[in-house]
Amino acid sequence: MKQFFVLLIGTFFGIVLVKSEVVSWFRIQKMFLFEEAHMYLIIASAVAVGAVAVYIIKRFQLKTVFNEDVAIKAKPYQKGVVIGGVLFGIGWAITGACPGPIYAQIGSGEYIALITFGAALIGMYLYAFLQPKLPH
Amino acid sequence: MEWILQPWPWYIAGPLIGLMVPALLLLSGKTFGVSTSFQNLGSMCAPKSNLPYLKNFDRRSNRWQLVFVAGIILGAFVGSHFLSINPVSFLPDHYYSLSGMARLALGGLLVGFGVRYAGGCTSGHTIMGLSNLQWSSLVASISFFAGGLLLTHVLQF
Repeated sequence: MKQFFVLLIGTFFGIVLVKSEVVSWFRIQKMFLFEEAHMYLIIASAVAVGAVAVYIIKRFQLKTVFNEDVAIKAKPYQKGVVIGGVLFGIGWAITGACPGPIYAQIGSGEYIALITFGAALIGMYLYAFLQPKLPH
Repeated sequence: MEWILQPWPWYIAGPLIGLMVPALLLLSGKTFGVSTSFQNLGSMCAPKSNLPYLKNFDRRSNRWQLVFVAGIILGAFVGSHFLSINPVSFLPDHYYSLSGMARLALGGLLVGFGVRYAGGCTSGHTIMGLSNLQWSSLVASISFFAGGLLLTHVLQF
């Protein structure tokens, strides 16, 4: 049942990603060139809604529909947040896709994004391989 | 219903994306994020790997990530085939060439390496992490943006 909900939410997310065109290289380009506010407003309003929701969940100690405690995973700081973050930003501007949109582009039939996807997996393996040597 | 078939404005799309956070938390107890799915796929494709990053990954408790991205693929298919009058243009024409594909490969490599090193992407850090007031997610989001600006304005690759 839980996995069914996850599939449903993922499907909804995929539809929104496509319909808002945040999966388009052109929209990403216009964001980084400061030509269009579309991406900024989407990110800002998404964070605003998400932050209010997280506040309410914490404030009223809401439980899941399965009556479990809601545990939100923390994001600890390490040097990779900056180094990896900048490298990802460069890749985002080149491909016009962050991880969610890579899947969305493939699902939409933009099969050239399979190259982005395959390369991203290689990048992940590269990180797995170099992880013990990289500063964290 | 006509508007559904047009591109959705930010004030519809943004709040809907924000709602992914409580939807996942309350309906499945999961913390919103996409890029761990790469680690998941890596660990699945190399089950005998000795690399701690893949070996110590708990595939059982992270299975939902793969279900989630399967949903994204399905939703994107529905969105572009049934809910759009004009097809969304994803990539510029010059990417359909050998040099363009090489760019995608290089960019994809940086995306995969970068998100895993940073411990999250635009979903996990920028949307989820900022919603949860995580200091590191603010640093990450600024870094993502700095990288994008660097490429667009300085490297101009």
